[in-house]
Amino acid sequence: MSFRIASSPHGHNQRSTSEMMRWVCYALVPGVLLHSYFFGSGIWFQILLAVVTAIAAEMACTVARERPAFSALRDNTAIVTAVLLAISIPSLAPWWIIVIGTLFAIVVVKHVYGGMGQNLFNPAMAGYVLLLVSFPVQMTNWLPVSAISEHSLNLWQTLHTILFEYTPAGYSVEQLRSGIDGVTMATPLDSIKTGLTQGYTLTEIYQRPEFSYFAGAGWQWINLGFFVGGLLLIQQRIISWHIPLGFLGGLCIPAFIAHIFAPDLMPGPIVHALSGATMLGAFFIATDPVSAATSNRGRVIFGLLIGFIIFVIRSWGGYPDAVAFAVLLANMCVPLIDRYTRPVVYGHGD
Amino acid sequence: MSLFGAVIALGILALIFGVILGFAAVKFRVESDPIVDQIDEILPQTQCGQCGYPGCRPYAQAIADGDDINKCPPGGEATIKQLADLMGVEAKPLDDAHGEEDVKKVAVIREDECIGCTKCIQACPVDAILGAAKQMHTVIEHECTGCDLCVEPCPVDCIDMVKVKARPETWQWDLDTVKENIKANSIPVKVVE
Amino acid sequence: MSDVQANKHNFSAKVIGHFPGGVHPPERKQPASSQPIRKLKLPQELILPVRQHIGPSGKVLVKVGERVDKGQRLTEAGLSQGLPLHAPTSGTIAAIEERPTAHASGLPEQAIVIHPDGEDRWGNKHALPDYHDVEISRLLELIQEAGIAGLGGAGFPTAQKLAQQKPLKHLIINGVECEPYIAADDRLMQEHADDIIAGIRILQYITRCDSVLLAIEDNKPEAIKAMAEAIDDNPQIQLKVVPTKYPSGGEKQLIELLTGHQVPSGKLPMDIGLLMQNVGTAYAVKRAIIHGEPLLERVVTLTGESLKQRGNVWALLGTPIQHLLDESGFTPEKKQRIIMGGPMMGFTLPITEVPVIKTTNCVLAPTEKELPSPGPELACIRCGACADACPATLQPQQLQWLAKAKDYESLEKHNLFDCIECGACAYVCPSEIPLVHYYRKAKAEVRNIAREKAKAEQARKRFEARQERLEREKEERLERHRKAAEERKKMQQEMQQEAQQKNSDEPGSKAEEGTEKPAGKSAAVAAAIARAKAKKAAQAAKESPEESNSAKGNES
Repeated sequence: MSFRIASSPHGHNQRSTSEMMRWVCYALVPGVLLHSYFFGSGIWFQILLAVVTAIAAEMACTVARERPAFSALRDNTAIVTAVLLAISIPSLAPWWIIVIGTLFAIVVVKHVYGGMGQNLFNPAMAGYVLLLVSFPVQMTNWLPVSAISEHSLNLWQTLHTILFEYTPAGYSVEQLRSGIDGVTMATPLDSIKTGLTQGYTLTEIYQRPEFSYFAGAGWQWINLGFFVGGLLLIQQRIISWHIPLGFLGGLCIPAFIAHIFAPDLMPGPIVHALSGATMLGAFFIATDPVSAATSNRGRVIFGLLIGFIIFVIRSWGGYPDAVAFAVLLANMCVPLIDRYTRPVVYGHGD
Repeated sequence: MSLFGAVIALGILALIFGVILGFAAVKFRVESDPIVDQIDEILPQTQCGQCGYPGCRPYAQAIADGDDINKCPPGGEATIKQLADLMGVEAKPLDDAHGEEDVKKVAVIREDECIGCTKCIQACPVDAILGAAKQMHTVIEHECTGCDLCVEPCPVDCIDMVKVKARPETWQWDLDTVKENIKANSIPVKVVE
Repeated sequence: MSDVQANKHNFSAKVIGHFPGGVHPPERKQPASSQPIRKLKLPQELILPVRQHIGPSGKVLVKVGERVDKGQRLTEAGLSQGLPLHAPTSGTIAAIEERPTAHASGLPEQAIVIHPDGEDRWGNKHALPDYHDVEISRLLELIQEAGIAGLGGAGFPTAQKLAQQKPLKHLIINGVECEPYIAADDRLMQEHADDIIAGIRILQYITRCDSVLLAIEDNKPEAIKAMAEAIDDNPQIQLKVVPTKYPSGGEKQLIELLTGHQVPSGKLPMDIGLLMQNVGTAYAVKRAIIHGEPLLERVVTLTGESLKQRGNVWALLGTPIQHLLDESGFTPEKKQRIIMGGPMMGFTLPITEVPVIKTTNCVLAPTEKELPSPGPELACIRCGACADACPATLQPQQLQWLAKAKDYESLEKHNLFDCIECGACAYVCPSEIPLVHYYRKAKAEVRNIAREKAKAEQARKRFEARQERLEREKEERLERHRKAAEERKKMQQEMQQEAQQKNSDEPGSKAEEGTEKPAGKSAAVAAAIARAKAKKAAQAAKESPEESNSAKGNES
């Protein structure tokens, strides 16, 4: 008999990359459920479309790059990218939006850069930014939360809208967004941005129907849902706490200081933390290990940088939310951060 | 008038930068080895002459003068790559007119057949063969570069080029070779059933 | 029990320090740690590689067929780092030949093979029960002559480690044994605590060190108890219980854990006033000095679920691994792995005819279910789990990329050589990248390049020296010719002037003599040339029919 030759260590702890990615998907569930509760079932179709596109694109790319087609799928990373992008876009966006975004994320941002582990930018966010700058209308057509919208679409109506851009009854998404009084309803962050430029104070803006309790109606619960999922990931040691902490610190601390000085012009930290894609970004997007910093110190800096950029863009920039831009900008700084946060090797101290 | 001013300003700027650059060129000049030394450093120093030059240094000189970088079989791909980096040219495959890249070998004299003619001693470029006229010769193994130059002159054909044996401390952790290591060196080793 | 309480003052159960990284693989020390160390029956043969330790091999002192006594010296340690080898039992030298060694490569090395005669008859022993009036240099000599090498890790000759003349802050005795499965030191401490303490006191005497830190991991309560009792109220020996975390038993990690200091890269613990010895080494030192017995056997843990009888044995050095397996009910599964060492750092053996050597602390025969082989290697996702696990705070993911790119210069800049190959990074890697394997290969390659470079440098020097010599000889020859010519001219002139007949005789007769003398030898040379030619002709003849045969074969 011949004995098997192997290299040490023999044995391995049982957590694999694909399992980690599966856990990321599980942790998204509370947020996605809340999302579909407030914004309707569109998100499920978007996720389905994105995942199918991602798998097809991943397989095509690996075949084109002469690598085994199924082994690339096994790590589940393409699926995570697809789901994150699907969650980020308006749930009634037309089908080609998510298809284009996913294709761009997988083919250009991931595989053109060398495939799994080699991409400089977060694929989902790069895809999102491409869509946002190319199709601004479709990408900002957020339906008001269903509780305050009189059009509650069923499954068929939703699918019809995604596929043909009109409800079976012939309404466009633009029309759906209008309230009874014909005023277009915006997302909470949009309202703050436009309200402030029109000279309203925050107190007045918060009286509008898109706000309730702590922040934007619906949005605050979705953010809390992602927050809970994120805590699960930290508890399962899928992600380390450094990036989310840095992220939220970088966003909330400046927001808190600004809010003290100008309470009527600057939203407080809670509004920031529970609006837009904050929690999704802090726990699921910025923590993508491939495009994040690697050392713990580096991760805190990376998180702080993203949080601070979001605060700056939300406060003074042209976009109401800025998670995608902030993540991409911070991605660019990663080589620099890694270089200067490299831990001191044993025996090389002082 | 303004044209005149602009010309003067540019002229002054040019002067200042010229002085700075000139100063920097002198002050911060990078001392580097002459190119021939750098090339010689890369070559494997087997002195085998397969490149067509009598030793590594002459070939280094030839490369510096524009000869091809792919004429050194003992150095193989690795050396060509380094030379390409140094000379800023494209790496090309080994020119097989000069031989093929081979495993490392050393010369071994079958001592009972040696007649002591000293021909190999004269041929050895690195003085790695010991012996005197009419005395048996032997190769100093760790000085031998495996250049092959001593094989041809031997009138009794008693020099063999032998593959350098892997030893545990020089083994390259290639797990695929383990089975061969065992097989190649198997003294009657029982195979476990 | 009262004893244990009495010496509580030097029993520090508190966690002392911290080192970065580390992992917690399943310990699996049972059942080996609760089984008494067994004595085995003598194997059929003992294989003793002449070079068992770091450093060059010694000169063989025995001949094939010679009868040797137990403890008789077989090799002379000639050079600086060598260690002598002894016959582990009495018997006959059966062979001195190349045998596969206990190394991952399976490559052979010179070995002395002994067939035991079963008498286990000791030769002369020079016991030294009271060493206190013996000079330290003599004790070091005795330890050297006993062939003692560090039994914990790399097998560095102990006497040379002890001989460093620098004042010591602490002498650290390593009984941590952090690697899973292995319980050899654990059992030794449980069964021979007093002997270990006696060994420690000899080490203390040699190093003149009055502070000993004895470190044991907190998963060995029995060993801790035994050692605490043996220490009794000796105030110079402090028992330090360290938390279970792999690799806390690594020399550098344990030093950081106990003292909070790091050994500067490229330096030795000695340079910061520390010296570390393994408990097994302390035991061997005691046997060598007090009983005059060289290092002939060691405790080996035999474990893994492919063995029915798991536990520890006293194995004579040179015992074939197959013998150990036979003695423990080995039932191999398909594609069985045999690992020498533990699961984290051990290497697989391609065959079991390799011997136990001084550093063999464990033979592990796991089932596939017990220690699953790694799955396919996926791409690195830069998750940083490896960096979090690295006890040397390296950046394993960075090193891995550099190793794959064969960028050896950057690898050295990223401190590849500070990697202790503990395997923590590969253990946690979610993409199952065999990181340590990449580093080992890269290290071997870096060393190889350095070797080649040194060799090329040497060759160049020799080539240049030769060129110079040839040049010089040529000049000298020319000079000689010139002088000879001048001489001849002078002579001719003289000749013309003087008598003309003298010079024509002498050179002619000389030349004749010259040709006659080696006539006998030149005949031999001619014969040799003829022989070579005949051989060549024969070879050519042999080759050509084969060629024609194969040509025919092709045709048909």
